Amino acid sequence: MNAFLGHTATLVALLLAGGGAAAAFIGGRTGDARYVAWARRAGVAVFALVLTAFLVMERALVAHDFSVSYVAQVGSRTTPLFYTIISLWSALEGSILLWALILSAYTALLVRWSTHRYQTEAGPDSQVPYALGTLLCVNVFFLLLISWPANPFHLLNPAPLDGPGPNALLQNSPFMGVHPPLLYTGYVGMSVPFSLAIGALLAGRIGPDWTKLIRRWTMVPWTFLSLGILAGAWWSYEVLGWGGYWAWDPVENASFMPWLTATAFLHSVMVQERRGMLKMWTITLIVSTFLLTVLGTFLTRSGVLASVHAFTQSPIGPFFLVFLALVLLSSLALLAWRSETLESEGRFDAALSRETAFMVNNLLFAAFAFVVLLGTMFPLIAEAVRGAKVSVGGPYFNELSVPIALLLVFLAGVGPALPWRKGSLELVRGKFRWPTIAALGAGIVLAVAGVRAPLAWLTFVLAVFSAGLLVVEFVTPTRARHETTGEGWVLALWRVVSSNRRRYGGYVVHSGILVIAVGVAASATFRQEEEWTLRRGAAAQIGRYRIQFDSVWAVKESQRDGVIAATTIEASGQPFGRLFPRLNYYPTAMEPIGTPAVREGLREDLYLVLMAYTQDGQQATLKAIASPMVGWIWLGGGIVALGALFALWRSRGEAARRASRPDAERRGGARVPSEALR
Amino acid sequence: MRWRRWAIPLSGVPVLALLAWGLTRDAHTIPSPLPGKPAPDFALQTLNGDSLRLHDLTGQVVLVNFWASWCLACRAEHRVLLDAARRYGPQGLRIVGVVYEDTRDNAQQWITERGGDWVNVLDVGSHTAIQYGLFGVPETFFVGRDGRILYKQIGPLDTAVVDRWVPRLLAASPVPSTTPLPAEPYAEGRSEGHITAGGAARRD
Repeated sequence: MNAFLGHTATLVALLLAGGGAAAAFIGGRTGDARYVAWARRAGVAVFALVLTAFLVMERALVAHDFSVSYVAQVGSRTTPLFYTIISLWSALEGSILLWALILSAYTALLVRWSTHRYQTEAGPDSQVPYALGTLLCVNVFFLLLISWPANPFHLLNPAPLDGPGPNALLQNSPFMGVHPPLLYTGYVGMSVPFSLAIGALLAGRIGPDWTKLIRRWTMVPWTFLSLGILAGAWWSYEVLGWGGYWAWDPVENASFMPWLTATAFLHSVMVQERRGMLKMWTITLIVSTFLLTVLGTFLTRSGVLASVHAFTQSPIGPFFLVFLALVLLSSLALLAWRSETLESEGRFDAALSRETAFMVNNLLFAAFAFVVLLGTMFPLIAEAVRGAKVSVGGPYFNELSVPIALLLVFLAGVGPALPWRKGSLELVRGKFRWPTIAALGAGIVLAVAGVRAPLAWLTFVLAVFSAGLLVVEFVTPTRARHETTGEGWVLALWRVVSSNRRRYGGYVVHSGILVIAVGVAASATFRQEEEWTLRRGAAAQIGRYRIQFDSVWAVKESQRDGVIAATTIEASGQPFGRLFPRLNYYPTAMEPIGTPAVREGLREDLYLVLMAYTQDGQQATLKAIASPMVGWIWLGGGIVALGALFALWRSRGEAARRASRPDAERRGGARVPSEALR
Repeated sequence: MRWRRWAIPLSGVPVLALLAWGLTRDAHTIPSPLPGKPAPDFALQTLNGDSLRLHDLTGQVVLVNFWASWCLACRAEHRVLLDAARRYGPQGLRIVGVVYEDTRDNAQQWITERGGDWVNVLDVGSHTAIQYGLFGVPETFFVGRDGRILYKQIGPLDTAVVDRWVPRLLAASPVPSTTPLPAEPYAEGRSEGHITAGGAARRD
């Protein structure tokens, strides 16, 4: 029953998405509103159907309906309910179902958003149906996958009595409930700005209004993607027991590359909005972002590259390749065809200007994305050219990305401090004075305090410098307001930032990135690691911590067996509490999977892994890692999210303006000066 | 000028070609360092307590089969080995089972239950498995009369693989190990749907 229902829903959704896409393109071409109305209905219906399929799968999982092939693959009667629910995305087919759900939800949102945008005073706006049609085409592809090569709804007859349960690594941490949905909401969401861009290219018009739209629709998935990447890093840190959070694994790179190009886009689009420059480049970035999501998925789901996350050899590789080929060739051809309409209007006025900072920023992000792409693809290239299996490890990525990242940290403060068009040296001197003093002071303090690693030192100094510049951006207008209006400092600050949410939200995001950079530099450079085999009651020292092994015992849980070690920690001679690292034995896993015990703090994390123990419980091998400031990375992620949310939130004034001028955004063209300052 | 514009989309073609080629590869297969090399020698205890040295078998065709009683795929494979021993044993095929990460009792019980009169040795400490670069069990190395490995099967054997390689090896005349490699190049195969262990292991 579940299998039939789910499969039928996906098949009907596939048909409707195909029909809707055709209707949308016909409607866009002919300007016939009836077709467009059909496409819109189809978009909503696809969402309803995919949601149905998703809920059917959840029901089958929770009810242990092992006649559904996917349930038989990842379900088990002993798995706790929470992990049963999230096991929907623990294997290939289910993760594509989640993908399709998020994609169709975005489609429905696009339909809703475009309700009043198709019919304009100047006649039907073909960009809307073209964009909807493109997005529906993407839906068609993923629905095709789940109706055919990655169908999770095969009917098994006879149905097995029980299943193996989800991959042990994925049922070992509640992070699995958060990381994939966040990441997918970001990753899949990049289809929307892509569709809007293709819609604009097909319609042959890229006005400022459209640019603004694409930017908004990119901000949302960008925020989710940032959080998804960090949640994945956090998962890796909390579960895998190696004390790290990033390893340049192909799947990590696959999520990071679109993040880089999307970030570049969010910056270059401002230049385009403000100065009418970099149009071709901007649109190329957003198209590349989507292409990189497809490429990343292909690389990691087809078995072409070896990775921790790679699903076992699956038949969807060729499908993805065909899809990638279609998207790549058609969107590049479209870009080539429309390149004349993408000529720049403005030009650079001065070397010392925000445009230049944005240009450099974009070059850096593009170079970063290229470095990661090359490193990720290199094993494939090397095997094709030389026939040799090679793997590209952390050193390559670190050596090339650290200088780029350092420059970006520098620009995160300098860019916002530079004015548009032409900056004067006077102004620069005034703005840069205090941040420079602060950075120099920090540099001396750090050197005296014994920070000897040059790269970490440089990161800290640059971060202080950039943070100082950002603080100046907040303080100067607040002080001016405070002085002219007599408002209190807090109120003045609030009025200033809420008068231009996008700008100050962006600065908050920048400061979050600086916090992350400091966390990464500190934890990567000053990490200490020790491993000891201790007898009961014995203790060992790492950094300021003294770790005493007390006992080890076994526990039995429904889905797994565990062995827990108890330790007592002293920090600098003071009691610091107890930590309980454990090992888990899952029936499906050959090797035990650990749950490290982590004592988190902004200053330092103490991370303890149980590596081994003797059967009589008299001895245990423990690995201890003391990483300073890892917590800053997660904290920075929170700041980034807050800043992005603040920038996205429409201020009351703006909402009122929009309500009174419903089509103002679409008119574009000439702008009132006050708006141009925004 | 126009052609240059179209060069952009065309630039995607080599990338796609590379990816398509990549699809035909298995990223998880690492070529064995043993191609055409002499099979690493070992002297291990058999289940009966005797000692067996692989090089003592030089001149004969040997299947070195790594297995364990906890290995599910080995169960199905055992029938193939029984069949190979029955058909090719009289022509001189020798099978040497190497028990991997398992106890003597388990292995003995397995043989008692499933039959098979070939010799099995215990690889205590897995030193032999390491020398052979084992991914997991089952894996089988086809050793020719000259003591060189000519084929390696990752995953369970099937009759077709046995029939493709064993007669060819049996037909070759005994040669001293100093002669050049036989015309048949070293090969490596993998059974369909075989999943090697350790997929979840993460680098440190």
